[in-house]
Amino acid sequence: MAITREDVKHVAVLARLRPTDEDIDLYTGQLQRIMGHVEKISEVDTEGVEPTTSTVPLRAVTRDDVIKDSLPQESAIKNAPIGERGAFRVPKVIE
Amino acid sequence: MQYEPVMGLEIHAQLNTNTKLFCGCSTEFGAEPNTQTCPVCLGLPGVLPVLNKEAVELAIQMGHAIDAEVNKTSIFARKNFFYPDLPKGYQITQYEEPIVGLGHIEIEVGGETKRIGITRIHMEEDAGKLIHGAGMEDASASFVDLNRACTPLIEIVSEPDIRTPEEASAYMKAVHDIVVYLGISDGNMEEGSFRCDANISVRPVGQKEFGTRTELKNINSFKFVKDAVRYEIERQIDEIEDGGTIVQETRLWDSAKGVTVSMRTKEEAHDYRYFPEPDLLPLVLEEATIERLKDELPELPAAKKARFIEEYSLPPYDAGVLTAERALADYYEETVALEKDAKAVSNWVMGELLRLLNEEGRKITDRPVTPESLAALVTMVKGGEISNKIGKEVFEEMYKSGKAAAEIVKARGLTQISDTGELEGIIDGILAANSDEVERFRGGETKLMGFFVGQAMKATKGQGNPKVLNQLLRDKLNG
Repeated sequence: MAITREDVKHVAVLARLRPTDEDIDLYTGQLQRIMGHVEKISEVDTEGVEPTTSTVPLRAVTRDDVIKDSLPQESAIKNAPIGERGAFRVPKVIE
Repeated sequence: MQYEPVMGLEIHAQLNTNTKLFCGCSTEFGAEPNTQTCPVCLGLPGVLPVLNKEAVELAIQMGHAIDAEVNKTSIFARKNFFYPDLPKGYQITQYEEPIVGLGHIEIEVGGETKRIGITRIHMEEDAGKLIHGAGMEDASASFVDLNRACTPLIEIVSEPDIRTPEEASAYMKAVHDIVVYLGISDGNMEEGSFRCDANISVRPVGQKEFGTRTELKNINSFKFVKDAVRYEIERQIDEIEDGGTIVQETRLWDSAKGVTVSMRTKEEAHDYRYFPEPDLLPLVLEEATIERLKDELPELPAAKKARFIEEYSLPPYDAGVLTAERALADYYEETVALEKDAKAVSNWVMGELLRLLNEEGRKITDRPVTPESLAALVTMVKGGEISNKIGKEVFEEMYKSGKAAAEIVKARGLTQISDTGELEGIIDGILAANSDEVERFRGGETKLMGFFVGQAMKATKGQGNPKVLNQLLRDKLNG
């Protein structure tokens, strides 16, 4: 699969990045090499092999439904522009 | 041309847990903003999610309730998108291998039963809450409260089996009944604990392929779903009839204006790039856990309603009201065990008890009147010890004070007067004092009977046995 400049621009939009034209050229080449590597892996015959999503032979652990202390409000919002009533303030989002 | 609507619903129900899906923060509604957060649900770097066992069990229970296959292995996935209420930049959900597979429920519309298929149920975390400018000090900004972020949800995805607005509403209600009944979710629609998205398309009758669909987002009432779906079906048909085409898009229901409006979103917005969540290992369930939860599954509302009609000979309406909530059904059955007149008990529960509970916004689980007390009261009324009217007064006092019926009746001297001799004396006095009316009655004005009964009830302070009074009056007036 060939990676085009358009693909890179699309991914950049999804990632909220604004790459320069030179960046786009650079990433197009780099991503192309990564995809080439994936294509190489795809050549392996996986007939009869169970698809897997995890490479370690472990299963998810669960925890009991018991409330633990949360962070104090001032700690939670400490590194953010503080809004009103302890809420994070962000640029206006209108649906 | 005739068109057939084709619809499917995606219902989000917040699971009834104490803590969030991947951390130990409380899920309690209504706290001050950002007081129920921690590094995990704030999406801070270097933390790992740990799955809530109770949330998993509630999801499995819902799977059993819809008669579905529970998948022994399911995996979590990342759904990537940017929005200020999503601190990690992705939502942890399930995509390719959800916890629950194909199931179904039955709905009732216009007396007909219809089966609606359920494609899947998956677990996911909720986003935070956005508060927009109005009322906040800075109207040019939005504010984010992450208390709700990471709250456990199940998404119940139906097959495209729904054909009418009524079916859509009945299906939403049926799923709501189940989750509330089983305690899987509190189902509180005002607080957003239960909401749905509707996928809607229309096609000419007889056509096999589906038409282009639109999605209506965040509908939070049984009425809105009916109205919104009806409007959207008509809008799509009009569009096609006018030679236009349906654009696949997300729309919102504006309940104030009664229309659906397009939610303008960028094309890329739907490129979620799902991939298996690397921070969570596959969820593998023990057969014993799945079976235990199946055994623990209580009788479902529809089955209970049918049994109430059968076992207690109740009208379907009564059975429906009494089984709408598990605690109410339990209360009713405990009362009927003590006073066998099932219809009489039903009348008291549906009439007086629910009326007072609703007026005060209280829940049946408070049990202001115990089943023992109510049964005793119904027995007293049936036995003629007190009249129905006095019974209602006594009930109100029982409800407020928690005292037993007999105690109240005794303390206030409310025992019904059924003694013929005593009532005869009172009636004689009334007839003597109202000789004009007596003459008019005897002259054919029989509707004056009501007047005499009224006078007699007044004279006995409502304690005269109406049956005995009526009989005595009739005898004396006609005699």
